[in-house]
Amino acid sequence: MTALFAFIRVKGYNKGVRNLIADALKGQDADYIEIHFEESQATNIVYRGERLEEISRGRNSGGNIRALVQGSWGFVSFNRLDGLRDKVALAVEEARLASREPFKLFPAEPVVETVVPQLEKVSTDIPLAAKKELLDEYNDIILSSPKIQSTRINYRDGRRQRTFANSEGSYIEQAKTDLTLRLTAIAREDNEVQQAGLSLGSNGEFSAVEGLHEQAREIARRAAALLSAPQVKGGEYTVLLDPVLAGVFAHEAFGHLSESDFVYQNENLQQVMVLGKRFGGKHLNIVDDPTIPNLRGSYKYDDEGTPTRKTHLIRGGILEGRLHSRETAAKMGERATGNARTINYLFPPIVRMSNTFIEPGSASFEEMLGDIEEGVYVKDWYGGMTSLEMFTFSAGEAYMIRRGRLAELLRPVVLTGNVFTTLQNIDAIGNDLEMNQGGGCGKGGQYPLPVSNGSPHIRIRHCVIGGR
Amino acid sequence: MEHLEEVFRAARREAEQAEVFSVSSRTVSVQFEANELKQVQTKESSSTALRIFREGRIGFATASGGGGWESLVDMAVETSQFGSPASFQFPSRFHRDSSKVPIFDSKVEEIAMERMVEIGKEIIAKIRGHTPGILCDVQVTKGTSSVSLINSQGGEGRYDKSFLGFSLEGILVRDTDMLFVGDSASSCRPDFIGIDDLADRVIWQLEMAKKKAAVSTKLLPVIFTPNGVASALLSPLMLAFNGKTVLEGASPLKDKRGEQVFDKRLSLWDDATVAYGVGSYPFDDEGVPSQHLPLVTNGVVTNFLYDLQTAALAGTQSTGNGRRVGGGFPSPAISSLRLCRSGGDVSFRAMVEDMKEGLIVEQVIGAEQGNVLSGDFGGNLLLGYKVENGEIIGRVKDTMIAGNVYQVLKELLGIGQEARWVGGILQTPSLYCPRVSVATKES
Repeated sequence: MTALFAFIRVKGYNKGVRNLIADALKGQDADYIEIHFEESQATNIVYRGERLEEISRGRNSGGNIRALVQGSWGFVSFNRLDGLRDKVALAVEEARLASREPFKLFPAEPVVETVVPQLEKVSTDIPLAAKKELLDEYNDIILSSPKIQSTRINYRDGRRQRTFANSEGSYIEQAKTDLTLRLTAIAREDNEVQQAGLSLGSNGEFSAVEGLHEQAREIARRAAALLSAPQVKGGEYTVLLDPVLAGVFAHEAFGHLSESDFVYQNENLQQVMVLGKRFGGKHLNIVDDPTIPNLRGSYKYDDEGTPTRKTHLIRGGILEGRLHSRETAAKMGERATGNARTINYLFPPIVRMSNTFIEPGSASFEEMLGDIEEGVYVKDWYGGMTSLEMFTFSAGEAYMIRRGRLAELLRPVVLTGNVFTTLQNIDAIGNDLEMNQGGGCGKGGQYPLPVSNGSPHIRIRHCVIGGR
Repeated sequence: MEHLEEVFRAARREAEQAEVFSVSSRTVSVQFEANELKQVQTKESSSTALRIFREGRIGFATASGGGGWESLVDMAVETSQFGSPASFQFPSRFHRDSSKVPIFDSKVEEIAMERMVEIGKEIIAKIRGHTPGILCDVQVTKGTSSVSLINSQGGEGRYDKSFLGFSLEGILVRDTDMLFVGDSASSCRPDFIGIDDLADRVIWQLEMAKKKAAVSTKLLPVIFTPNGVASALLSPLMLAFNGKTVLEGASPLKDKRGEQVFDKRLSLWDDATVAYGVGSYPFDDEGVPSQHLPLVTNGVVTNFLYDLQTAALAGTQSTGNGRRVGGGFPSPAISSLRLCRSGGDVSFRAMVEDMKEGLIVEQVIGAEQGNVLSGDFGGNLLLGYKVENGEIIGRVKDTMIAGNVYQVLKELLGIGQEARWVGGILQTPSLYCPRVSVATKES
């Protein structure tokens, strides 16, 4: 069976595989069927303090089938290609167990295409020795800084080669590379432990992780400084968010709410998310765009074979669009946007973001800062989470603002809020858009999905910060 | 599986020592979305991991799915050039004579997809019987997996495991107000979990959340329900007891073995031997026999969690906690944690009645985003209730809690009588803590 998978690696569409799929789909009694095959490889390098904890390589291959019958789905994932016809039949049988209201998927033109990434310095081609040498340098810089107890370095690169075919005649081969790096400095003094980190990534381009020596020094300095930093007093503040954290805010606070699978079967939520409704000031524009070249969340076709497009989620403060799969688009009478994505062949595609960002406004950083009597400047991120209405996100770096000036460094803070009121409370948007490519997005057990998010500096009034 | 021996033989030709770990699984799940059956899915997966010692260094590679196992040896040899020095031995025997941990029940295989669909419908019917407007996402999942392990010290073993789980997430939307409720149940043995228990707990949440209550920014006593303990307090503890965190000196507990750190009435076990527990196993993913390991005894820190490599570096023995996430590189991790009390327990009702003003925490989001390493927790209250004068008066929103596990667990006001399993990996009673910081919007 491995020989068949090896087959797929050949660039350009492949007659053998196309015939195999055509055979498996012949005479099956379903409204729609799609088949995915996938081959991937990954390299992981993990440091913990002085020790190189893990250096490993892996390969993965498999596929899945999704069948739609009478409005319900059957899904079968597999490791082996043998008995493909029986697997398709099982997916059809599963779909028959349920019967929801039948519907037609948002219509799609059949596509036959091969997509190969164009990169200058592909991380998967760099020798292991060179990767290790670079990470050794970063690790040594952090470890040799004052008060540093330990480090964490997590490097991962990989390549995914996917084949998609459906019963409508589409056949798409796409290859995608991805790279993430996180550097963490852990400082300790007596019983106090503090950490600071840097998280970044790329579409597989290795140069994105080169030349970070000064940043490595900086996170070590910051971790040590946090040991003696005070904790902010919990309560409501005016907060100024840097582009990284504001990007996380755009992703967590509004992006997830724009994913139509949360909305399409929930009438109450549909009323909340009515297109044309005002969500923020005229200066607020939020966009999801997989068509921007060379970001981690960029791709040409989603995992349902839908070509991608730029979607304005909010334009001029007004809700203008949302993210769709072919199912959610059909059921809500809107257009498929190309946002049905999977992390790998073990999962069916669900509605996900790609590159999500707040478009730049006109305010300068100094203007936004200058107006704040007392507030908090929050930078960088540990993470974020949302329950649609509520969100939390945590800043890796925070400073008090007093009388329009940055004051003392604070311990990391967690911000929280209600999406609807917080969007209204954004009162200034900066002119300095930056995209952040670190981390990954999780939803429905599918983590980490490569995405990026971004924003200029933004200012939010009345934001709740947790503290002691 | 069929490649295990082949990979092992090929690896032995290239390396001083070799170990091949292989896991394969088949799961079936039925998924309801917004009260209706949306999807039925069958997943088959398998993976093989090779670890070698070559010229004294560790090499590691994995292959999942149908292909790639032929290149395992080459990939492991390549990584071994840079790997850390091998400082331990693979175990030669995986089982203790007396121990046999039951984790497989053939009844799981007999549960038909149609029956799983019925289970899902029954759960939803019960919840909607209480609150008709609620939208439920329900998953009923069953599965079996088999694990095989062989190493060049002569160690060899395999076992099968079964699984059945139900989970429910309900959402009730009124204007822009959203209420999330939910719970789950899982076991290796279908008879051990019931629909009624799950439905009753969710209905209780709906009852308590019927009204809204206000809270102001201050320090308040808090009762963490078993779900609350899992979502707010568990992460910093898991990290602090991890032998790796201890070894690198980043755990706040690193010099605290033998010291009283927690309330005297609290004991904590890592227990991989719970009969039909979803976290149980006869031997860990490196072949070390599983244990019932005390981490905290009457408030005193007693042990940390180790795998082979970390234990060797720390000059101690593996505790049988070498786990592989997704079949990958072994690392110390919990099997299942059991928080137990020794005396002084009170009923949930008595804890509530004792509160003049306080909070009950069921679920927080974002609790893991703070400085978890130092024991901090904090997050937005996804589901929590206000208590006034000994009575639960309603649900609290737009509120954050923040604290430090070492401060809140040092002296408790009470420990609940009933311990419950959460997510199959933590068994805990409710914990009544004296002072937790609460921050909210000023209205």
